[in-house]
Amino acid sequence: MAAVAQLLKKVFMFYYDGFRTLSKWGRQAWLVIIIKLFIMFVVLRIFFFHDFLRTKFSSDSERSEYVIEQLTRNK
Amino acid sequence: MLENFDLSLVAWSRAQFALTAIYHWLFVPLTLGLSFILAFMETIYVRTGDEAWKRITRFWMTLFGINFAIGVATGIILEFEFGTNWSNYSWFVGDIFGAPLAVEGILAFFLESTFVAVMFFGWNKVSRKFHLASTWLVAVGANLSALWILVANAWMENPVGMHFNPDTARNEMDSFSSVLFNPVAVNKFAHTVTSGFLLASIFVIGISAWYLIRRREENMAKKSIMVAGIFGLVSSILVAVTGDSSARIISKVEPVKFASMEALYDGKSNAGLTVIGIIKESDESIGEKKTHDVNMRIQIPKMLSIMTTGKGDGYVPGIKDLVNGNPSKGILSVAEMIERGKYARKVLTDYKMSKEVGDTETAAKLAARFTDRDFTENYFKYFGYSYFSAPWQVIPSVPILFYSFRIMVGLGFFFILLCALAIWFWKRNALDKNRWFLWLALLSVPLAYVASESGWVVCEMGRQPWIIQNLMPVNVAVSNIASSSVQVTFILFAVMFTGLLIAEVSIMMRQIKNGPKHKEE
Repeated sequence: MAAVAQLLKKVFMFYYDGFRTLSKWGRQAWLVIIIKLFIMFVVLRIFFFHDFLRTKFSSDSERSEYVIEQLTRNK
Repeated sequence: MLENFDLSLVAWSRAQFALTAIYHWLFVPLTLGLSFILAFMETIYVRTGDEAWKRITRFWMTLFGINFAIGVATGIILEFEFGTNWSNYSWFVGDIFGAPLAVEGILAFFLESTFVAVMFFGWNKVSRKFHLASTWLVAVGANLSALWILVANAWMENPVGMHFNPDTARNEMDSFSSVLFNPVAVNKFAHTVTSGFLLASIFVIGISAWYLIRRREENMAKKSIMVAGIFGLVSSILVAVTGDSSARIISKVEPVKFASMEALYDGKSNAGLTVIGIIKESDESIGEKKTHDVNMRIQIPKMLSIMTTGKGDGYVPGIKDLVNGNPSKGILSVAEMIERGKYARKVLTDYKMSKEVGDTETAAKLAARFTDRDFTENYFKYFGYSYFSAPWQVIPSVPILFYSFRIMVGLGFFFILLCALAIWFWKRNALDKNRWFLWLALLSVPLAYVASESGWVVCEMGRQPWIIQNLMPVNVAVSNIASSSVQVTFILFAVMFTGLLIAEVSIMMRQIKNGPKHKEE
């Protein structure tokens, strides 16, 4: 148990030191990553990119029926 | 049938997907190739103990890091678009896409996120060998991630290893190995990753050439050109070999795409390969689609026949054969495929109706058709054709395919020469004396991106009008949403991706101008 805790502490310190001593380009890159992920997952995903079938229907059988309808309509 | 779909919605949805994919692909190939170049450079450092190689590795690792950071997760937007804009398609493909993408996600997360951290944070903290192993694992992991998405993409060109379930309207996987070892997938993976290796090699040669032009960091630049030149030459030859086999496979699984790449309307024996030519719309047409003539054509005699059939006098079907049919060559007409597709769709419709009215006996009989070999191989195989009202609708844009194919192949051969010259001049210690070559190498960096994107234009535009070859056209795959919302997100993406590109180029240019660090960080 103590060995696992020691290992976890080592891993944490490895990442902590890495982020603490980031170079200038590293900080800029992380800033870009954070802004990008915010735009993608908060702005785009929530406001613009709803999963069409998941939003419109509550079960897989309803989704199947809808797609079959789409595939077979207008003969 | 097609007139019942909102074409502006389809056009905008396609444009948005194309925009996202093109931007995403600006980042990916450099990651694929540069990761291996880093691994080679670090291997030399670990084997020789020469600190110069460590400095070189760390410099290119910085550029790799910038590209990786800006590009990471841009592909996830494609998955958003599948669910929002292409919901019929997403549902129809079922677990065929889910399985490879899940493997890709796990691999990308564990291999890349863990070992990328060791690569950047681990210098002087872990042993040299462990660090080197991490760099190699990042390279292997990044390329394996690409495998899964390419497997999914290849399935769209050659759907295999599945059956259609009429109850769920989904394709269900019968054989994971058939999907994974789909000949299109195997070849596409080899061709795509080697093209990434080549692009990264041209990138390293070009940036190194800039240092030599500026008479800076000459030792680093020459050593980098040596590694990238050798890797680039080997990769460029592999790109040519896999490109050749790719063409042979396409001629079988997507013959209309293949004939369109050559602007070959009339099938022939002893068919020559057009090296260069100018496309001009002719007075003739196939249905409502105008045909094209190729003017000022330079051809390699018999080469197209050899490429596709292995024989100089082999018959290569043209677009007219493929659309109108050619019984003497065993080619079914599109009109016949439309009829067979309509029959398959009628069976699906009747099955749905009989279930709705509770006619279980008829429903059971019709459901059995979907597992019957005769029905699946002779009718359901052409299901997607049922949505066309005229055979000419299966013809993609011939001029776009003709030109983008030639740009890709022409630049591919140019890069073989460029890499060979890089090695030649490096071996003779004559890089600094041949400034024309250094300028050529620098100017080739954007050309490598043009070639790489052109390859995807051939692949994706050539598959039109299909989203899944023979099974589903793009018009049927699209969600029933307002085209205005797709237009808004198209503009949002254009702004966001342009911002990301400007960020990448400016951060990268600054790092290149700064050059490698001369002191240990």
